[in-house]
Amino acid sequence: MARKILVLLGTKKGTFIAESDEARRDWKLRGPYCETWPMNHVMADPSTGTIFGGGGNEWFGPAVWKSHDLGETWSHSSEGLAYEAGVEPIKAVWSLATRDGALYAGVQPAGLFRSDDNGKTWQHLDGLQKHPSRPHWNPGGAGLILHSLVLHPEDDGQVWVGISAAGVFHTADGGATWEPRNRGTRADFFPEGQNYPEFGQCVHCLVMAPGEPDTMYQQNHCGMYRSKDGGRSWESIESGLPSSFGFPAAAHPRDPSTLFLVPLNGDSAGRYMPDAKAAVWRTRDGGSTWQAMREGLPQENAYFGVLRQAMATDRLEPAGVYFGTGGGALFASADEGESWIEVAAHLPAISSVETLVVDA
Amino acid sequence: MRLPGGLVDLFPGAPRRLEVPAASVDEMVDRLDELFPGMRDRLCDSTPAVRRHINIFIDGERARLGTPLSPGCEVFVLTAISGG
Repeated sequence: MARKILVLLGTKKGTFIAESDEARRDWKLRGPYCETWPMNHVMADPSTGTIFGGGGNEWFGPAVWKSHDLGETWSHSSEGLAYEAGVEPIKAVWSLATRDGALYAGVQPAGLFRSDDNGKTWQHLDGLQKHPSRPHWNPGGAGLILHSLVLHPEDDGQVWVGISAAGVFHTADGGATWEPRNRGTRADFFPEGQNYPEFGQCVHCLVMAPGEPDTMYQQNHCGMYRSKDGGRSWESIESGLPSSFGFPAAAHPRDPSTLFLVPLNGDSAGRYMPDAKAAVWRTRDGGSTWQAMREGLPQENAYFGVLRQAMATDRLEPAGVYFGTGGGALFASADEGESWIEVAAHLPAISSVETLVVDA
Repeated sequence: MRLPGGLVDLFPGAPRRLEVPAASVDEMVDRLDELFPGMRDRLCDSTPAVRRHINIFIDGERARLGTPLSPGCEVFVLTAISGG
């Protein structure tokens, strides 16, 4: 049966959806949805086709939106999505992930919630708040946000989170207890001699390699890293990249050694494409070597950045790769990054990019 | 009471103007939440307090959750200047 692909976009002013057939040459864009709320992460449960969107509105607070009809109609809820009275209230939802009917939401200020009724009601997994390091967490540039949420594909109890700027934490018991997993990642913004703390690193994006739950990749404010032991230890794989600074990382849907990055020119150098020439960098060997993929991407005056959740792959063959820019452009590759087209040019700032493949 | 357009757009069927029996702003928000489940979360945070960028005026005076309501008073719920 023919299939179609939806690229789900969370933007500063609502959710948008780009849609194409399997060739991924011609695209139609629709939106904005979710009442033009700022949407930090829009994703789908591939087993049901339900689309979820997490965001927060300056007037009306945080909510998780959902659509059962591929984005045509939406509802929203935040029942139970709250800290106890007296604690700084939740400002926005920043990350979503699903597994076997459970839906998880990472929020700002950093915390983790779970829904077992498809996002209608939420329970706080307060073990993360009770971690002894919690009083020492400091916010990154976007606030104290839980932006990366990685679920073990088989073990219900295991969850990894990335918090800016507290680092990576892991639970093996469904969120009751947590341990930091940051060994080997740098914190250049701490005094000399204190650059490898137990926690406090500025993780930007955490992803898991397909089929290898112990293999993880991390784009950090201070370096690019790979772990082969579920995040217990990390090794630098930034050699060969134009910069150690960037935000997103996107794993290949099938090959655990292939990863896509968008390095920027540096944290204090403007945070745009190196030399203002756009490129996605790809490794085929787990980060030992890197190749710049530029065909179809602007090679002059590319003064844009790509945010931490704004790159994704699809599960088609060959895999598609997509990224959205802070300036509201969406680029797509239907050939694993070899060549690119611009799908949209004038959207609001794009916060997140995810994909959903469904029967046409 | 009058509700802002951005709020009623989130709750299909909610009117811009309505009357509810309530002795305080807190009770008024409870009545709204009964009529339109989830509306309390949109107007108030977990402090608990009226959200920072929501303004509730009673007879021209800015109110808090605990502010009492007198019979027949007119309440305006407004969105503050915000965003970009």
